[in-house]
Amino acid sequence: MAAEAVPAIETMTYREALRLAMREELERDPSVFLMGEEIGVFQGSYKVTGDLFEQFGPERVMETPISEEGFVGAAVGAAMSGLRPVVEIMTLNFIVVAMDQVVNHAAKVRYMFGNKVGCPMVIRTPNGAGNQLTAQHSQSFEGWFANVPGLKVVAPATPSDARGLLKAAIRDDDPVLVIENLQLYKAKGEVDTSVDGAVEIGKAKVVREGTDISLVGHSFAVTRALHVAEKLQADHGISAEVVDLRSLRPLDMETVAASVSKTNRALCVEEGWASYGVTAEIASRISLACFDDLDAPVGRVGMAEVPMPYAKSLEDAALPHEDKILAAALEVCGA
Amino acid sequence: MATTRRRTSSSRSTRRPEAIPPGSAHVAEPLDLRGALRDMTLIRLFEQEAERQYKRARIGGYCHLAIGQEAANVGVARGLQPQDKLLSSYRSHGFALARGTAPTGAMAELFGREDGVAVGRGGSMHLLDPEHGYFGGWGIVAGQLPIATGMALAGVKQGENLAVLCELGDGAINMGAWHESLNLAAIWNLPIVFAVFNNGYGMGTTVDQASAEPELYKRAAAFRMHGERVDGQDVEAVYEATARLMTRAREERKPAVLEVMTYRLRGHSVADAGTAYRTKEEIAEWADKRDPIALVTERLVADGITTEELDAITAETQALVDEAVAFAEASPMPDVSTLADFVYGDPNTAEQFSRMAPGSPAGEEQLLAQLVA
Repeated sequence: MAAEAVPAIETMTYREALRLAMREELERDPSVFLMGEEIGVFQGSYKVTGDLFEQFGPERVMETPISEEGFVGAAVGAAMSGLRPVVEIMTLNFIVVAMDQVVNHAAKVRYMFGNKVGCPMVIRTPNGAGNQLTAQHSQSFEGWFANVPGLKVVAPATPSDARGLLKAAIRDDDPVLVIENLQLYKAKGEVDTSVDGAVEIGKAKVVREGTDISLVGHSFAVTRALHVAEKLQADHGISAEVVDLRSLRPLDMETVAASVSKTNRALCVEEGWASYGVTAEIASRISLACFDDLDAPVGRVGMAEVPMPYAKSLEDAALPHEDKILAAALEVCGA
Repeated sequence: MATTRRRTSSSRSTRRPEAIPPGSAHVAEPLDLRGALRDMTLIRLFEQEAERQYKRARIGGYCHLAIGQEAANVGVARGLQPQDKLLSSYRSHGFALARGTAPTGAMAELFGREDGVAVGRGGSMHLLDPEHGYFGGWGIVAGQLPIATGMALAGVKQGENLAVLCELGDGAINMGAWHESLNLAAIWNLPIVFAVFNNGYGMGTTVDQASAEPELYKRAAAFRMHGERVDGQDVEAVYEATARLMTRAREERKPAVLEVMTYRLRGHSVADAGTAYRTKEEIAEWADKRDPIALVTERLVADGITTEELDAITAETQALVDEAVAFAEASPMPDVSTLADFVYGDPNTAEQFSRMAPGSPAGEEQLLAQLVA
């Protein structure tokens, strides 16, 4: 097409943006196919695949039994054979039963076999909590995977990034985990559908400019941080900058360090447990990269160090709600 | 496409375990017995050399030998078509050699050298040779089963006329991956044969101790899949069963289990003497009466092979092993500057990781520099 693309800004939900990305990639590349539980007739447990089964049929949108170790491993084999499987794990919690295939196999194929074969596959799966889903259905341990060389881990926080990062992940020649989020599925945002929109993996983004403190997070924590930034400004006159990591491995520390060097204070936020978590990694790196610029120790907020309880009062107490982030930000600011 | 539910009652609900009389269909070409003896001798001599080199500490890590299992290795490999794919456990040397991998590249990998088949990244457990259809040597018990299943799935999706042979040890059959892989292979009608090399022991645990159904081929019935058992010391029998089941898998998309009864004459690995859990008498019995190389040699002698011809096979394969050792010795260790090579293969990886350096822990910056270089 010779004509300049006219911007076509559409407002859509995060789940619609993910579906759009899969539709576009299924149309673009015949080697792409989807696998997962209930992604066909059922349209996805969280309705992300929606009508893709109707459009592309059972060969391209392949329903699997409840058999994560089996079908994640099958995706590894298919990827080694030149296909590009996109696997849905119903929620991040269930990936643990396929951990062997993800960590011991997918992540190792290329290196262990001396680059004679690769593994271009995507696993997309939501983390997150907040619906009283309790201990076995509310976890956010994506940091475990960001620990593993051979894997890449991205975690979009907006519909536009959901589309763009998923497209980039599908085109990547290595195994990529795309961490979606249960709370974000219904979030709306603008997506420019006139452009390809793939988002380069490994690039963080300053999503709110500020001068007094950097709030650094990924996934749903970015949404919380943006709300907290508004409150800091309105109620305390503190100007917070918000950095959306977007990618955990690789990690864009240049953008984080540039922000903290400007604001001189940092608070790292995540939905999961902070101990040994993503915030631990970011805080450590900020301390090394920005030691001379810091006016206060780097702060961290995660969920309470308990298995998620059921009772609403307890669940609320466990989650890294905005009041906790706000209090931590004020502490870092000495306010 | 219709949006109505496609899960109407299928023939699956009435599917019965299949019984196929051996040899009734898919009759394979007769095995080239001399070629089989040659391959088996190459494996035996290669493994004996590997054992020597391991004890001299020129081979590191674990080293699992195929001595005693050569008929199983060669029978299976010769039952494949060139386009078929083979995956195995970590007892990988025999499979690579049987599939046609050069002994030089295999030995160099055991030595951890740059010219090894996995460029010194894999070692003994992770030999592979995609050009000869061998997709590895895998180190986690049963981990290769789902992957092999996915390769069979890919073959179907890509419209290729191939089947996959996935070898596993008797110890792997009690893993969840066995159950999941056989189930997927059955419900998706995949062209795959699971070859269970039953050598009697998972490390030092007997099959009887580990499996509630010690006749392992019968466990295929849980998936309404054909299963059968073959004498793994008889290279012709292994070849015939493999060729027949692979043809059936390729042409009819029917998976199967083939239990190959064999015996390792060495320990689990070179580090294991192999005598704590079995008697010397038992080992001697297999060595004296069931050595697969002696068995195939007897058959060839009966067919009229001469001593000179037998000696020529030994000389040719010994020369290959000697050449492999010389090649491995001459090959350099991988340069440390290549440490981070092959962690990722995407051409954009360097750019993706290029912003990671600030604040990185000690040592990581060098890795990043390599990626970006």
